[in-house]
Amino acid sequence: MADPLKSICEDPLERKWVWISLALAVVMAGMLGYYAVASNIHPPSNVETIDSSRLHLTEEFAEDNLGVKTNDDGSLTVTLVAARYGFYPPRIEVPADTRVTFRIASADVLHGVHVPFTNMTTMIVPGYISEVTTLFPQTGEFSLLCNEYCGLGHDSMWSRLVVVAKSAGGEAS
Amino acid sequence: MSQSRAAGLSLASMWVGFIAFAAAALLGLYQVIERIDLIPGLKSPALYFGSVSTHGVLMGFVLTTFLVMGYGYYTATTSLRQELWNKPLAWFGFWLCVIGVLLAAGPLLTGNASVLYTFYPPLKAHPAFYIGATLLVVGSWVWCLEMVMMMTTWKKAHPGETVPLAMYGTTANAILWFITSLGVASEVLFQLIPWSLGLIETVDVGLARTLFSWTLHAIVYFWLFPAYIALYTLLPRAAGGRLFSDHMGRVAFIMLLVFSVPIGFHHLYMDPFQAAGWKFLHMTGTFMVAVPTLITGFTIIASLEIAGRLRGGKGWFGWIGTLPWGNPMVTAAVLAMLMLTFGGFGGMINASYAMNAMIHNTQWVTGHFHLIFAGTTVIMYFAIAYYLWPKMTGRQLYSTGLALKQLWLWFIGMLILTLPWHQLGLAGQPRRISSTPYDESFVQAWLPAESAMIAGGGILFISALMLVYNLFRTHGNGQAETNPEVEYAEPVHAIVRMPRLMNSFGFWCLLVLVYMIASYGYPIAQFFLLDTHGTVPWSI
Repeated sequence: MADPLKSICEDPLERKWVWISLALAVVMAGMLGYYAVASNIHPPSNVETIDSSRLHLTEEFAEDNLGVKTNDDGSLTVTLVAARYGFYPPRIEVPADTRVTFRIASADVLHGVHVPFTNMTTMIVPGYISEVTTLFPQTGEFSLLCNEYCGLGHDSMWSRLVVVAKSAGGEAS
Repeated sequence: MSQSRAAGLSLASMWVGFIAFAAAALLGLYQVIERIDLIPGLKSPALYFGSVSTHGVLMGFVLTTFLVMGYGYYTATTSLRQELWNKPLAWFGFWLCVIGVLLAAGPLLTGNASVLYTFYPPLKAHPAFYIGATLLVVGSWVWCLEMVMMMTTWKKAHPGETVPLAMYGTTANAILWFITSLGVASEVLFQLIPWSLGLIETVDVGLARTLFSWTLHAIVYFWLFPAYIALYTLLPRAAGGRLFSDHMGRVAFIMLLVFSVPIGFHHLYMDPFQAAGWKFLHMTGTFMVAVPTLITGFTIIASLEIAGRLRGGKGWFGWIGTLPWGNPMVTAAVLAMLMLTFGGFGGMINASYAMNAMIHNTQWVTGHFHLIFAGTTVIMYFAIAYYLWPKMTGRQLYSTGLALKQLWLWFIGMLILTLPWHQLGLAGQPRRISSTPYDESFVQAWLPAESAMIAGGGILFISALMLVYNLFRTHGNGQAETNPEVEYAEPVHAIVRMPRLMNSFGFWCLLVLVYMIASYGYPIAQFFLLDTHGTVPWSI
């Protein structure tokens, strides 16, 4: 079969390179696609709205209901509120190697959260509920850092995540 | 010929860009020092975030827009050998941009627009900031119109002829910029301006971020385009050779136009409010947009090899040494390609749907875009300036030696600044922080990389001053430039037949429209279908 690139590209070496470039793009996107689907790794992409100015009137994000809850299947749900300048509750304790789903709402502006050295991260956008699921293989003290500029106090917005050995349980403190 | 050039307009435009650049470089130096609490007296989040916002606006919006416009006007008039389509209108566009910048400068410099150049609602800036930014964009649309009209009228006057590659690329960029700026224009006109004036109470932050993402990726190609145009059409001749392929340059420009706009969701990977399938779709396009850059890398290196061999270079690598390293265009191009390679590796991680989670919004990202934009793109802006200043002023460049030193310093400074930033990102440091009040273990681990960052910032600031000084002194240089012509590179194979699709844009615009509707149609429409809640303005 004649090379379809021939009409626009006279040099055989260059045609070869164009095919390699296209193959690179397709293989890379294909690999990422394959792993995303096969291992079910997707970026946090929850589409769920909430009125950020009335979080206290919702059941889920009312102050008394924040923190760690154990679900029927043994996984955990952590409900957090992000508000200038902290994550509430400010200290979270979870067991290692356990599926944890964070559900986070902003009470004011745009925030982000990242636990360095893990893939626990999501943007927190007023008007929407963020949801991110992960598990922490290593025990220790971690930081939840706000990683999106949210105002002049942004630097100070961080809180504590403690990952304890699985046998130790791990309750919200 | 000289009277048909737009030298005055181009010079004025590029000077505004480089003055903004020098001011922004000074702010950059302040920021690297303030950021790690080196001098306690300097510590001020208000000053820092005002500075970061100004630095971003000056570098990302002012330097780029004015340089693109100035270079575009000069390219159009010299490559087509044709008068500006409408000179008074072009000057009107220029002044509109200047007024926009001055209007935005007020709130920026007084700390009333410290919302970063990405706007970030629901943080609210003074309305003058949004209105100024809008005027800058509207003024640049005048340039878009001029470029399209220049190409159209030239084609009418030269039926059957091929539009010169430099102009084909410039027009591609004009169309690209018009399409991509519609996203941020809608955000500002329909959301931020009425909201900051109190005409509407709330904005939907999800919609605002989606609209901004429409602009946010392709804008970097708007910035990058002049660099690519110089690489394809000025560099091969400056190096003493020929362009390896005119056709592949067109293919690259067309691919950038088609693929760079409908892929903005890789900036929203970590956001809620857009479902994973849409992000996946945009991810695939993000990898496609790497293809024109890979093609460009091949064509440019091949063109340099031709030049090196013509100058007597032998063997696999011998041609590198025989390149005319005393020519700023050649040196800048090689350094630009090196930085593009480093930056490209990092970019692959950012573009990766899942891996991005490790580095999202960390200092890694700042490192990445400084390498590609402040590195690759801006060093080519310098090369363009060194090449065009003598043509535009009729005076020889004040000092070629100073120019070469400046380019090398910029390259070294940029590596010292950005490679440690990648490391800081992997070590967990967020971007956009003005101090580090975190765990001691973090702060200690970050210190060596942060010290390097200060050294890099210092070198870059010195380099920036050298550029401005050299250009300024060129105006007063007693020695007249002997070669006022812009010498565009000839391709190895003369153009015999140009397919119609590679000499026009109608079909490609239609393709972008279809691709945009497919990738942004529902994601934008959903905000009008969902039961959403807007957000009131917040002060910083």
